[in-house]
Amino acid sequence: MDPVKDRTMILNMGPQHPSTHGVLRVILEIDGETVVRIMPDIGFLHTGIEKTCEAKFYQQVVPLTDRIDYLCPLTNNLCYCLAVEKLLGLEIPPKAQWMRVMLNELTRINSHLVWLGTHALDIGAMSVFLYCFREREDILRLFEAVSGQRMMTSYFRIGGLALEPPLGFFDRVKEFADRFPARVDEYENLLTVNPIWTMRTKGVARISADDAIALGASGPTLRGSGVDIDLRRDMPYSSYEKFKFKVPVSTEGDVFARYMCRVQELRESNSIVQQALAGMPEGKIKADAPKVILPDREKMKTQMEALIYHFKIITEGFAVPEGEVYQAVESPRGEMGYYVVSDGTAKPFRVHMRGASFANLQTLPLMCEGRLIADVVAAIGSIDIVLGEIDR
Amino acid sequence: MPVAPAITDVDKLKGHPALARLLDATSVVVEGAKFDREEMTIYVSRSSIREACVLLRDDPNCPFEFFSDVTAVDWYPQEPRFEVVYHLLSLSKKERVRLKVKLGGDDPAVESITSVWPAANFFEREVYDLFGIRFNGHPYLRRILMPENWEGHPLRKDFPVEGYR
Repeated sequence: MDPVKDRTMILNMGPQHPSTHGVLRVILEIDGETVVRIMPDIGFLHTGIEKTCEAKFYQQVVPLTDRIDYLCPLTNNLCYCLAVEKLLGLEIPPKAQWMRVMLNELTRINSHLVWLGTHALDIGAMSVFLYCFREREDILRLFEAVSGQRMMTSYFRIGGLALEPPLGFFDRVKEFADRFPARVDEYENLLTVNPIWTMRTKGVARISADDAIALGASGPTLRGSGVDIDLRRDMPYSSYEKFKFKVPVSTEGDVFARYMCRVQELRESNSIVQQALAGMPEGKIKADAPKVILPDREKMKTQMEALIYHFKIITEGFAVPEGEVYQAVESPRGEMGYYVVSDGTAKPFRVHMRGASFANLQTLPLMCEGRLIADVVAAIGSIDIVLGEIDR
Repeated sequence: MPVAPAITDVDKLKGHPALARLLDATSVVVEGAKFDREEMTIYVSRSSIREACVLLRDDPNCPFEFFSDVTAVDWYPQEPRFEVVYHLLSLSKKERVRLKVKLGGDDPAVESITSVWPAANFFEREVYDLFGIRFNGHPYLRRILMPENWEGHPLRKDFPVEGYR
Protein backbone atom coordinates (compact mmCIF):
# COMPACT_ATOMS: atom_id res chain seq x y z
CA MET A 1 0.00 0.00 0.00
CA ASP A 2 1.40 3.40 -0.95
CA PRO A 3 0.37 6.62 0.74
CA VAL A 4 -1.82 8.57 -1.70
CA LYS A 5 -1.03 11.97 -0.30
CA ASP A 6 1.94 13.38 1.57
CA ARG A 7 -0.16 13.97 4.64
CA THR A 8 -1.08 10.33 5.22
CA MET A 9 1.07 7.69 6.87
CA ILE A 10 1.01 3.90 7.07
CA LEU A 11 0.51 2.29 10.46
CA ASN A 12 0.85 -1.39 11.19
CA MET A 13 -1.52 -2.91 13.68
CA GLY A 14 -0.40 -6.39 14.56
CA PRO A 15 0.37 -9.19 13.97
CA GLN A 16 0.87 -9.24 17.72
CA HIS A 17 -1.37 -6.40 18.79
CA PRO A 18 -3.34 -7.73 21.75
CA SER A 19 -6.63 -6.32 20.55
CA THR A 20 -6.51 -8.10 17.19
CA HIS A 21 -7.72 -11.39 18.68
CA GLY A 22 -4.92 -13.54 17.41
CA VAL A 23 -2.34 -12.98 14.75
CA LEU A 24 -4.20 -10.57 12.51
CA ARG A 25 -2.21 -7.82 10.88
CA VAL A 26 -4.09 -4.73 9.83
CA ILE A 27 -2.40 -2.15 7.64
CA LEU A 28 -3.87 1.27 8.19
CA GLU A 29 -3.36 4.36 6.11
CA ILE A 30 -4.11 7.24 8.43
CA ASP A 31 -4.55 10.96 8.15
CA GLY A 32 -3.98 12.15 11.70
CA GLU A 33 -6.34 10.01 13.73
CA THR A 34 -8.62 9.22 10.80
CA VAL A 35 -8.37 5.99 8.87
CA VAL A 36 -8.21 6.57 5.13
CA ARG A 37 -7.71 2.99 4.01
CA ILE A 38 -7.48 -0.29 5.84
CA MET A 39 -6.28 -3.67 4.68
CA PRO A 40 -6.33 -6.87 6.71
CA ASP A 41 -3.34 -9.15 6.15
CA ILE A 42 -3.87 -12.77 7.14
CA GLY A 43 -2.17 -16.13 6.88
CA PHE A 44 0.09 -16.06 9.95
CA LEU A 45 -1.72 -19.01 11.48
CA HIS A 46 -1.95 -21.10 8.30
CA THR A 47 -1.20 -24.71 9.15
CA GLY A 48 -2.47 -26.46 6.03
CA ILE A 49 -5.29 -28.32 7.75
CA GLU A 50 -7.11 -28.89 4.44
CA LYS A 51 -4.03 -30.59 3.01
CA THR A 52 -3.51 -32.65 6.16
CA CYS A 53 -7.10 -33.91 6.00
CA GLU A 54 -6.40 -35.53 2.62
CA ALA A 55 -3.73 -37.72 4.20
CA LYS A 56 -5.88 -38.98 7.09
CA PHE A 57 -8.70 -41.48 7.44
CA TYR A 58 -12.15 -39.98 7.78
CA GLN A 59 -12.32 -40.57 11.53
CA GLN A 60 -8.85 -39.08 12.05
CA VAL A 61 -9.97 -35.72 10.70
CA VAL A 62 -12.29 -35.06 13.67
CA PRO A 63 -9.51 -33.85 16.03
CA LEU A 64 -8.18 -31.59 13.27
CA THR A 65 -11.53 -29.84 13.03
CA ASP A 66 -11.17 -28.76 16.67
CA ARG A 67 -8.22 -26.63 15.70
CA ILE A 68 -10.09 -24.73 12.98
CA ASP A 69 -12.12 -22.58 15.31
CA TYR A 70 -10.69 -23.10 18.76
CA LEU A 71 -13.48 -21.20 20.49
CA CYS A 72 -16.22 -23.51 19.24
CA PRO A 73 -14.60 -26.89 18.54
CA LEU A 74 -17.84 -28.81 18.99
CA THR A 75 -19.54 -26.82 16.23
CA ASN A 76 -16.74 -27.83 13.88
CA ASN A 77 -16.90 -31.46 15.01
CA LEU A 78 -20.62 -31.43 14.34
CA CYS A 79 -20.36 -29.85 10.92
CA TYR A 80 -17.72 -32.31 9.74
CA CYS A 81 -19.55 -35.32 11.18
CA LEU A 82 -22.84 -34.23 9.59
CA ALA A 83 -21.12 -33.89 6.22
CA VAL A 84 -19.57 -37.36 6.34
CA GLU A 85 -22.77 -38.88 7.73
CA LYS A 86 -24.63 -37.38 4.78
CA LEU A 87 -22.11 -38.97 2.42
CA LEU A 88 -22.55 -42.33 4.16
CA GLY A 89 -26.32 -42.01 4.57
CA LEU A 90 -26.19 -42.69 8.31
CA GLU A 91 -29.16 -42.29 10.62
CA ILE A 92 -28.22 -40.79 13.99
CA PRO A 93 -30.17 -41.84 17.11
CA PRO A 94 -32.26 -39.10 18.78
CA LYS A 95 -30.27 -39.04 22.00
CA ALA A 96 -27.04 -38.36 20.13
CA GLN A 97 -28.73 -35.59 18.15
CA TRP A 98 -30.07 -33.91 21.27
CA MET A 99 -26.74 -34.20 23.03
CA ARG A 100 -25.15 -32.58 19.99
CA VAL A 101 -27.61 -29.71 20.10
CA MET A 102 -27.12 -29.20 23.84
CA LEU A 103 -23.34 -29.22 23.62
CA ASN A 104 -23.39 -26.96 20.58
CA GLU A 105 -25.38 -24.38 22.46
CA LEU A 106 -23.02 -24.61 25.44
CA THR A 107 -20.20 -24.03 22.97
CA ARG A 108 -21.99 -21.02 21.58
CA ILE A 109 -22.30 -19.60 25.10
CA ASN A 110 -18.62 -20.35 25.68
CA SER A 111 -17.59 -18.62 22.46
CA HIS A 112 -19.81 -15.60 23.04
CA LEU A 113 -18.43 -15.24 26.57
CA VAL A 114 -14.87 -15.05 25.28
CA TRP A 115 -16.02 -12.58 22.64
CA LEU A 116 -17.89 -10.42 25.16
CA GLY A 117 -15.02 -10.41 27.62
CA THR A 118 -12.32 -9.52 25.12
CA HIS A 119 -14.51 -7.08 23.20
CA ALA A 120 -15.27 -5.19 26.40
CA LEU A 121 -11.61 -5.37 27.40
CA ASP A 122 -10.60 -3.81 24.06
CA ILE A 123 -12.95 -0.91 24.62
CA GLY A 124 -11.75 -0.48 28.20
CA ALA A 125 -14.25 -2.29 30.42
CA MET A 126 -11.93 -4.59 32.31
CA SER A 127 -14.28 -6.12 34.85
CA VAL A 128 -16.64 -7.71 32.30
CA PHE A 129 -13.77 -9.89 31.15
CA LEU A 130 -13.39 -11.37 34.63
CA TYR A 131 -17.12 -12.03 34.98
CA CYS A 132 -17.30 -13.72 31.58
CA PHE A 133 -14.34 -15.98 32.21
CA ARG A 134 -15.90 -17.07 35.51
CA GLU A 135 -18.85 -18.59 33.64
CA ARG A 136 -16.66 -19.83 30.83
CA GLU A 137 -14.67 -21.82 33.35
CA ASP A 138 -17.88 -23.58 34.40
CA ILE A 139 -18.58 -24.54 30.79
CA LEU A 140 -15.03 -25.77 30.25
CA ARG A 141 -15.43 -27.98 33.32
CA LEU A 142 -18.59 -29.42 31.80
CA PHE A 143 -16.70 -30.15 28.59
CA GLU A 144 -13.94 -31.80 30.58
CA ALA A 145 -16.48 -33.95 32.38
CA VAL A 146 -18.12 -35.14 29.18
CA SER A 147 -15.14 -35.48 26.85
CA GLY A 148 -12.03 -35.44 29.03
CA GLN A 149 -10.80 -32.26 27.40
CA ARG A 150 -11.46 -28.63 28.23
CA MET A 151 -11.02 -27.03 24.82
CA MET A 152 -10.15 -29.50 22.06
CA THR A 153 -13.05 -31.76 22.84
CA SER A 154 -13.35 -34.02 19.72
CA TYR A 155 -16.42 -35.46 21.38
CA PHE A 156 -18.55 -36.15 18.34
CA ARG A 157 -17.81 -39.13 16.15
CA ILE A 158 -18.96 -39.98 12.66
CA GLY A 159 -22.18 -41.79 13.53
CA GLY A 160 -22.79 -40.48 17.02
CA LEU A 161 -20.92 -39.56 20.17
CA ALA A 162 -17.62 -40.82 21.53
CA LEU A 163 -18.80 -41.76 25.03
CA GLU A 164 -21.88 -41.91 27.20
CA PRO A 165 -22.07 -38.73 29.29
CA PRO A 166 -20.87 -39.45 32.85
CA LEU A 167 -23.21 -39.91 35.80
CA GLY A 168 -24.53 -36.65 37.16
CA PHE A 169 -23.56 -34.73 34.05
CA PHE A 170 -27.08 -33.54 33.27
CA ASP A 171 -27.52 -32.30 36.85
CA ARG A 172 -24.38 -30.23 36.49
CA VAL A 173 -25.57 -28.77 33.19
CA LYS A 174 -28.96 -28.01 34.73
CA GLU A 175 -27.36 -26.26 37.66
CA PHE A 176 -25.36 -24.10 35.24
CA ALA A 177 -28.33 -23.36 32.99
CA ASP A 178 -30.47 -22.33 35.97
CA ARG A 179 -27.96 -19.83 37.22
CA PHE A 180 -26.78 -18.45 33.88
CA PRO A 181 -29.64 -16.01 32.98
CA ALA A 182 -28.90 -13.99 36.14
CA ARG A 183 -25.28 -13.77 35.02
CA VAL A 184 -26.31 -12.35 31.66
CA ASP A 185 -28.25 -9.71 33.59
CA GLU A 186 -25.00 -8.86 35.35
CA TYR A 187 -23.16 -8.34 32.06
CA GLU A 188 -25.98 -6.24 30.73
CA ASN A 189 -25.99 -4.11 33.87
CA LEU A 190 -22.31 -3.47 33.31
CA LEU A 191 -22.56 -2.66 29.60
CA THR A 192 -25.98 -2.16 27.98
CA VAL A 193 -26.90 0.76 30.22
CA ASN A 194 -23.35 2.03 30.61
CA PRO A 195 -23.05 5.50 28.98
CA ILE A 196 -19.33 5.05 28.16
CA TRP A 197 -20.06 1.71 26.47
CA THR A 198 -22.93 3.10 24.43
CA MET A 199 -20.89 6.12 23.35
CA ARG A 200 -18.11 3.88 22.12
CA THR A 201 -20.43 1.48 20.28
CA LYS A 202 -23.60 3.22 19.07
CA GLY A 203 -23.34 4.50 15.52
CA VAL A 204 -19.81 3.11 15.20
CA ALA A 205 -18.68 0.91 12.29
CA ARG A 206 -22.04 0.87 10.55
CA ILE A 207 -22.77 -1.54 7.73
CA SER A 208 -26.00 -1.78 5.77
CA ALA A 209 -27.85 -5.03 5.10
CA ASP A 210 -27.11 -4.94 1.36
CA ASP A 211 -23.42 -4.37 1.92
CA ALA A 212 -23.25 -7.11 4.53
CA ILE A 213 -24.87 -9.62 2.15
CA ALA A 214 -22.66 -8.58 -0.76
CA LEU A 215 -19.56 -9.03 1.39
CA GLY A 216 -20.64 -12.48 2.53
CA ALA A 217 -21.13 -11.63 6.20
CA SER A 218 -23.15 -14.11 8.23
CA GLY A 219 -24.21 -14.80 11.78
CA PRO A 220 -24.57 -11.90 14.23
CA THR A 221 -22.61 -9.64 11.87
CA LEU A 222 -25.42 -10.04 9.32
CA ARG A 223 -28.28 -10.13 11.83
CA GLY A 224 -26.99 -6.92 13.42
CA SER A 225 -27.79 -5.25 10.10
CA GLY A 226 -31.37 -6.47 10.09
CA VAL A 227 -31.18 -9.62 7.95
CA ASP A 228 -33.22 -12.29 9.68
CA ILE A 229 -31.43 -15.53 8.84
CA ASP A 230 -30.28 -18.29 11.14
CA LEU A 231 -29.42 -21.70 9.70
CA ARG A 232 -30.55 -23.46 12.89
CA ARG A 233 -34.10 -22.25 12.28
CA ASP A 234 -34.18 -21.88 8.49
CA MET A 235 -32.28 -24.98 7.35
CA PRO A 236 -32.38 -27.13 10.48
CA TYR A 237 -29.88 -29.91 11.11
CA SER A 238 -29.43 -32.36 13.99
CA SER A 239 -33.10 -31.94 15.07
CA TYR A 240 -32.93 -28.19 15.73
CA GLU A 241 -36.45 -28.03 14.31
CA LYS A 242 -37.71 -29.55 17.58
CA PHE A 243 -36.52 -26.60 19.65
CA LYS A 244 -38.22 -23.28 20.17
CA PHE A 245 -36.00 -20.22 20.15
CA LYS A 246 -36.01 -16.65 18.94
CA VAL A 247 -33.46 -15.29 16.52
CA PRO A 248 -32.35 -11.88 17.81
CA VAL A 249 -32.09 -9.27 15.06
CA SER A 250 -31.11 -5.60 15.30
CA THR A 251 -31.46 -3.12 12.50
CA GLU A 252 -28.86 -0.42 13.20
CA GLY A 253 -25.88 -2.39 11.86
CA ASP A 254 -23.42 -0.80 14.27
CA VAL A 255 -21.18 -2.25 16.98
CA PHE A 256 -23.92 -1.92 19.56
CA ALA A 257 -26.43 -3.78 17.35
CA ARG A 258 -24.05 -6.71 16.95
CA TYR A 259 -23.41 -6.64 20.69
CA MET A 260 -27.13 -6.80 21.42
CA CYS A 261 -27.63 -9.69 18.99
CA ARG A 262 -24.97 -11.78 20.67
CA VAL A 263 -26.04 -10.98 24.22
CA GLN A 264 -29.62 -11.98 23.40
CA GLU A 265 -28.27 -15.14 21.78
CA LEU A 266 -26.69 -16.03 25.12
CA ARG A 267 -30.17 -16.15 26.63
CA GLU A 268 -31.66 -18.07 23.69
CA SER A 269 -28.87 -20.63 23.72
CA ASN A 270 -29.37 -21.13 27.41
CA SER A 271 -33.06 -21.73 26.78
CA ILE A 272 -32.20 -24.36 24.14
CA VAL A 273 -29.90 -26.08 26.65
CA GLN A 274 -32.77 -26.17 29.14
CA GLN A 275 -35.17 -27.57 26.52
CA ALA A 276 -32.64 -30.23 25.58
CA LEU A 277 -32.25 -31.21 29.23
CA ALA A 278 -35.99 -31.40 29.77
CA GLY A 279 -36.68 -33.54 26.71
CA MET A 280 -33.50 -35.59 26.45
CA PRO A 281 -34.53 -38.89 24.80
CA GLU A 282 -33.36 -42.24 26.07
CA GLY A 283 -31.53 -44.68 23.88
CA LYS A 284 -28.30 -45.29 22.09
CA ILE A 285 -25.66 -42.68 21.35
CA LYS A 286 -24.25 -44.36 18.25
CA ALA A 287 -25.80 -45.27 14.92
CA ASP A 288 -26.16 -48.91 13.96
CA ALA A 289 -23.24 -49.17 11.55
CA PRO A 290 -20.55 -51.55 12.82
CA LYS A 291 -18.28 -50.90 9.84
CA VAL A 292 -18.07 -47.20 10.61
CA ILE A 293 -18.38 -46.85 14.37
CA LEU A 294 -15.92 -48.35 16.81
CA PRO A 295 -17.47 -51.11 18.96
CA ASP A 296 -17.82 -50.78 22.73
CA ARG A 297 -14.81 -51.86 24.77
CA GLU A 298 -16.82 -54.46 26.65
CA LYS A 299 -17.99 -56.13 23.45
CA MET A 300 -14.46 -56.30 22.15
CA LYS A 301 -13.47 -58.44 25.12
CA THR A 302 -16.13 -61.06 24.45
CA GLN A 303 -17.08 -60.90 20.75
CA MET A 304 -14.77 -61.85 17.93
CA GLU A 305 -16.65 -59.74 15.37
CA ALA A 306 -16.36 -56.59 17.44
CA LEU A 307 -12.63 -57.13 17.71
CA ILE A 308 -12.31 -57.59 13.95
CA TYR A 309 -14.32 -54.45 13.19
CA HIS A 310 -12.22 -52.49 15.64
CA PHE A 311 -9.01 -53.70 14.01
CA LYS A 312 -10.31 -52.97 10.52
CA ILE A 313 -11.53 -49.46 11.31
CA ILE A 314 -8.30 -48.50 13.06
CA THR A 315 -5.93 -49.94 10.45
CA GLU A 316 -7.84 -49.45 7.20
CA GLY A 317 -10.50 -46.88 8.00
CA PHE A 318 -13.85 -47.21 6.26
CA ALA A 319 -14.67 -46.52 2.64
CA VAL A 320 -17.13 -43.72 1.96
CA PRO A 321 -19.23 -43.86 -1.22
CA GLU A 322 -18.28 -41.47 -3.98
CA GLY A 323 -19.90 -38.09 -3.88
CA GLU A 324 -19.69 -34.60 -2.51
CA VAL A 325 -21.51 -32.74 0.22
CA TYR A 326 -21.66 -29.16 1.42
CA GLN A 327 -22.91 -29.05 4.99
CA ALA A 328 -23.39 -25.72 6.70
CA VAL A 329 -24.16 -25.08 10.36
CA GLU A 330 -24.71 -21.90 12.31
CA SER A 331 -21.50 -21.41 14.26
CA PRO A 332 -21.28 -18.60 16.85
CA ARG A 333 -19.77 -16.48 14.08
CA GLY A 334 -22.09 -17.38 11.21
CA GLU A 335 -22.22 -19.86 8.39
CA MET A 336 -19.62 -22.56 8.98
CA GLY A 337 -19.53 -24.86 5.97
CA TYR A 338 -17.71 -28.11 5.26
CA TYR A 339 -17.35 -29.24 1.68
CA VAL A 340 -16.27 -32.89 1.65
CA VAL A 341 -15.49 -34.77 -1.57
CA SER A 342 -15.12 -38.54 -1.53
CA ASP A 343 -13.58 -40.67 -4.25
CA GLY A 344 -14.77 -43.91 -2.69
CA THR A 345 -11.68 -44.59 -0.56
CA ALA A 346 -11.09 -44.40 3.19
CA LYS A 347 -9.47 -40.97 3.02
CA PRO A 348 -11.31 -37.78 2.08
CA PHE A 349 -10.35 -36.61 -1.39
CA ARG A 350 -10.90 -32.99 -0.44
CA VAL A 351 -12.10 -31.23 2.70
CA HIS A 352 -12.74 -27.53 2.49
CA MET A 353 -13.87 -25.39 5.39
CA ARG A 354 -15.85 -22.24 4.78
CA GLY A 355 -15.00 -20.18 7.84
CA ALA A 356 -17.53 -17.57 8.84
CA SER A 357 -14.79 -15.25 10.11
CA PHE A 358 -12.99 -15.45 6.76
CA ALA A 359 -15.90 -13.79 5.01
CA ASN A 360 -16.85 -11.56 7.94
CA LEU A 361 -13.36 -10.05 7.99
CA GLN A 362 -13.99 -8.60 4.54
CA THR A 363 -16.53 -6.20 6.02
CA LEU A 364 -13.81 -4.49 8.08
CA PRO A 365 -12.67 -1.92 5.45
CA LEU A 366 -16.23 -0.75 4.83
CA MET A 367 -16.88 -0.43 8.56
CA CYS A 368 -13.74 1.52 9.41
CA GLU A 369 -12.77 3.79 6.55
CA GLY A 370 -13.29 7.42 7.47
CA ARG A 371 -13.45 6.68 11.18
CA LEU A 372 -10.95 6.95 14.05
CA ILE A 373 -8.28 4.39 14.90
CA ALA A 374 -10.00 3.68 18.21
CA ASP A 375 -13.11 2.64 16.27
CA VAL A 376 -11.07 0.06 14.35
CA VAL A 377 -10.46 -1.75 17.61
CA ALA A 378 -14.19 -1.67 18.42
CA ALA A 379 -15.03 -2.90 14.89
CA ILE A 380 -12.58 -5.82 14.99
CA GLY A 381 -14.06 -6.88 18.31
CA SER A 382 -17.60 -6.58 17.02
CA ILE A 383 -17.19 -8.95 14.07
CA ASP A 384 -15.81 -11.59 16.46
CA ILE A 385 -13.09 -13.09 14.31
CA VAL A 386 -11.15 -16.23 15.15
CA LEU A 387 -7.90 -16.39 13.25
CA GLY A 388 -7.68 -20.15 13.42
CA GLU A 389 -10.75 -20.33 11.26
CA ILE A 390 -9.52 -17.66 8.86
CA ASP A 391 -6.07 -19.09 8.25
CA ARG A 392 -6.75 -22.82 8.73
CA MET B 1 -29.48 -46.71 5.01
CA PRO B 2 -28.31 -46.81 1.37
CA VAL B 3 -27.80 -43.55 -0.45
CA ALA B 4 -30.14 -42.94 -3.38
CA PRO B 5 -28.30 -42.89 -6.73
CA ALA B 6 -27.48 -39.51 -8.22
CA ILE B 7 -29.74 -38.11 -10.95
CA THR B 8 -27.70 -36.71 -13.84
CA ASP B 9 -30.41 -36.34 -16.49
CA VAL B 10 -30.87 -32.61 -17.11
CA ASP B 11 -34.44 -33.08 -18.37
CA LYS B 12 -35.52 -34.74 -15.12
CA LEU B 13 -34.07 -31.92 -13.03
CA LYS B 14 -35.64 -29.01 -14.90
CA GLY B 15 -37.94 -28.30 -11.97
CA HIS B 16 -35.11 -26.90 -9.90
CA PRO B 17 -35.38 -23.08 -9.97
CA ALA B 18 -31.67 -22.45 -10.54
CA LEU B 19 -31.32 -24.96 -13.36
CA ALA B 20 -34.50 -23.75 -15.06
CA ARG B 21 -33.25 -20.19 -14.93
CA LEU B 22 -29.87 -21.07 -16.42
CA LEU B 23 -31.34 -23.28 -19.16
CA ASP B 24 -33.64 -20.45 -20.24
CA ALA B 25 -30.80 -18.00 -20.63
CA THR B 26 -29.06 -17.95 -23.98
CA SER B 27 -25.87 -16.43 -22.59
CA VAL B 28 -25.08 -19.38 -20.31
CA VAL B 29 -23.90 -22.78 -21.50
CA VAL B 30 -25.05 -25.52 -19.10
CA GLU B 31 -22.84 -28.56 -19.54
CA GLY B 32 -24.64 -30.86 -17.16
CA ALA B 33 -26.38 -31.23 -13.84
CA LYS B 34 -26.38 -33.63 -10.92
CA PHE B 35 -28.80 -34.11 -8.04
CA ASP B 36 -27.13 -36.14 -5.33
CA ARG B 37 -27.81 -36.40 -1.59
CA GLU B 38 -30.41 -33.60 -1.77
CA GLU B 39 -27.86 -31.24 -3.30
CA MET B 40 -28.01 -29.68 -6.74
CA THR B 41 -24.88 -29.30 -8.84
CA ILE B 42 -24.85 -27.46 -12.16
CA TYR B 43 -21.87 -27.60 -14.51
CA VAL B 44 -21.48 -24.45 -16.56
CA SER B 45 -18.92 -23.63 -19.20
CA ARG B 46 -15.82 -21.73 -18.26
CA SER B 47 -16.81 -18.59 -20.14
CA SER B 48 -20.31 -18.28 -18.66
CA ILE B 49 -19.69 -18.51 -14.92
CA ARG B 50 -19.93 -14.78 -14.28
CA GLU B 51 -23.12 -14.48 -16.32
CA ALA B 52 -24.60 -17.49 -14.52
CA CYS B 53 -23.88 -15.88 -11.14
CA VAL B 54 -25.51 -12.60 -12.20
CA LEU B 55 -28.60 -14.45 -13.44
CA LEU B 56 -28.97 -16.48 -10.25
CA ARG B 57 -28.38 -13.49 -8.00
CA ASP B 58 -31.04 -11.41 -9.76
CA ASP B 59 -33.55 -14.22 -10.28
CA PRO B 60 -36.97 -12.75 -9.35
CA ASN B 61 -38.47 -16.11 -8.30
CA CYS B 62 -35.63 -17.60 -6.31
CA PRO B 63 -32.77 -15.10 -5.86
CA PHE B 64 -29.49 -16.67 -4.79
CA GLU B 65 -28.36 -13.43 -3.23
CA PHE B 66 -25.87 -14.88 -0.76
CA PHE B 67 -22.47 -16.09 -1.87
CA SER B 68 -21.32 -18.84 0.48
CA ASP B 69 -18.10 -20.21 -0.81
CA VAL B 70 -15.77 -20.84 -3.70
CA THR B 71 -13.11 -23.49 -3.66
CA ALA B 72 -11.48 -25.95 -6.04
CA VAL B 73 -10.82 -29.66 -6.36
CA ASP B 74 -7.76 -31.08 -8.11
CA TRP B 75 -8.43 -34.37 -9.94
CA TYR B 76 -4.80 -34.86 -11.01
CA PRO B 77 -3.80 -36.78 -13.14
CA GLN B 78 -7.23 -36.65 -14.87
CA GLU B 79 -7.95 -33.97 -17.45
CA PRO B 80 -9.63 -31.51 -17.21
CA ARG B 81 -7.79 -31.38 -13.98
CA PHE B 82 -9.48 -28.70 -11.87
CA GLU B 83 -13.03 -28.12 -10.78
CA VAL B 84 -13.83 -24.69 -9.38
CA VAL B 85 -16.81 -25.08 -7.05
CA TYR B 86 -19.19 -22.23 -6.15
CA HIS B 87 -21.78 -22.51 -3.40
CA LEU B 88 -24.71 -20.11 -3.45
CA LEU B 89 -27.53 -19.68 -0.96
CA SER B 90 -30.96 -18.17 -1.37
CA LEU B 91 -31.75 -16.31 1.85
CA SER B 92 -35.43 -15.90 1.01
CA LYS B 93 -36.14 -19.41 -0.39
CA LYS B 94 -33.61 -21.31 1.79
CA GLU B 95 -32.20 -23.12 -1.22
CA ARG B 96 -28.63 -23.99 -2.02
CA VAL B 97 -27.04 -24.58 -5.37
CA ARG B 98 -23.55 -25.59 -6.39
CA LEU B 99 -22.01 -24.35 -9.62
CA LYS B 100 -18.98 -26.02 -11.14
CA VAL B 101 -16.51 -25.04 -13.80
CA LYS B 102 -14.00 -27.51 -15.21
CA LEU B 103 -10.53 -26.24 -16.03
CA GLY B 104 -7.60 -27.88 -17.77
CA GLY B 105 -4.27 -28.17 -15.98
CA ASP B 106 -2.46 -26.06 -18.56
CA ASP B 107 -2.65 -22.43 -17.38
CA PRO B 108 -5.96 -22.70 -15.48
CA ALA B 109 -7.90 -19.44 -15.44
CA VAL B 110 -11.52 -18.40 -15.03
CA GLU B 111 -13.33 -15.11 -14.87
CA SER B 112 -13.54 -13.54 -11.42
CA ILE B 113 -16.96 -13.05 -9.83
CA THR B 114 -15.82 -10.28 -7.49
CA SER B 115 -17.87 -7.83 -9.56
CA VAL B 116 -21.00 -9.86 -8.75
CA TRP B 117 -20.21 -10.46 -5.08
CA PRO B 118 -17.32 -8.53 -3.47
CA ALA B 119 -17.34 -11.40 -0.95
CA ALA B 120 -15.56 -13.60 -3.48
CA ASN B 121 -12.42 -11.50 -3.12
CA PHE B 122 -10.71 -13.42 -0.30
CA PHE B 123 -12.05 -16.78 -1.47
CA GLU B 124 -10.66 -16.39 -4.98
CA ARG B 125 -7.34 -15.24 -3.62
CA GLU B 126 -7.26 -18.39 -1.49
CA VAL B 127 -7.94 -20.62 -4.49
CA TYR B 128 -5.27 -18.77 -6.46
CA ASP B 129 -2.83 -19.19 -3.60
CA LEU B 130 -3.43 -22.87 -2.90
CA PHE B 131 -4.29 -24.19 -6.39
CA GLY B 132 -2.68 -21.71 -8.77
CA ILE B 133 -5.92 -20.99 -10.60
CA ARG B 134 -6.03 -17.42 -11.89
CA PHE B 135 -9.18 -15.31 -11.71
CA ASN B 136 -9.27 -12.79 -14.54
CA GLY B 137 -10.55 -9.39 -13.48
CA HIS B 138 -9.81 -9.89 -9.78
CA PRO B 139 -8.81 -6.54 -8.23
CA TYR B 140 -5.95 -7.84 -6.07
CA LEU B 141 -4.93 -11.36 -7.04
CA ARG B 142 -2.06 -12.10 -4.67
CA ARG B 143 -1.22 -14.89 -2.24
CA ILE B 144 -3.32 -14.66 0.89
CA LEU B 145 -2.40 -17.54 3.23
CA MET B 146 1.06 -18.63 2.10
CA PRO B 147 4.12 -16.34 2.18
CA GLU B 148 4.57 -14.11 -0.87
CA ASN B 149 7.74 -15.91 -1.97
CA TRP B 150 6.33 -19.44 -1.64
CA GLU B 151 6.94 -21.76 -4.55
CA GLY B 152 4.16 -24.06 -5.72
CA HIS B 153 0.53 -24.43 -4.77
CA PRO B 154 0.06 -26.66 -1.71
CA LEU B 155 -3.42 -28.05 -2.34
CA ARG B 156 -2.53 -29.45 -5.75
CA LYS B 157 -2.39 -33.22 -5.60
CA ASP B 158 1.16 -33.30 -6.99
CA PHE B 159 2.38 -31.18 -4.08
CA PRO B 160 3.65 -33.54 -1.35
CA VAL B 161 1.90 -33.38 2.03
CA GLU B 162 5.19 -32.84 3.85
CA GLY B 163 6.26 -30.19 1.31
CA TYR B 164 9.34 -30.13 -0.87
CA ARG B 165 12.53 -30.83 1.07
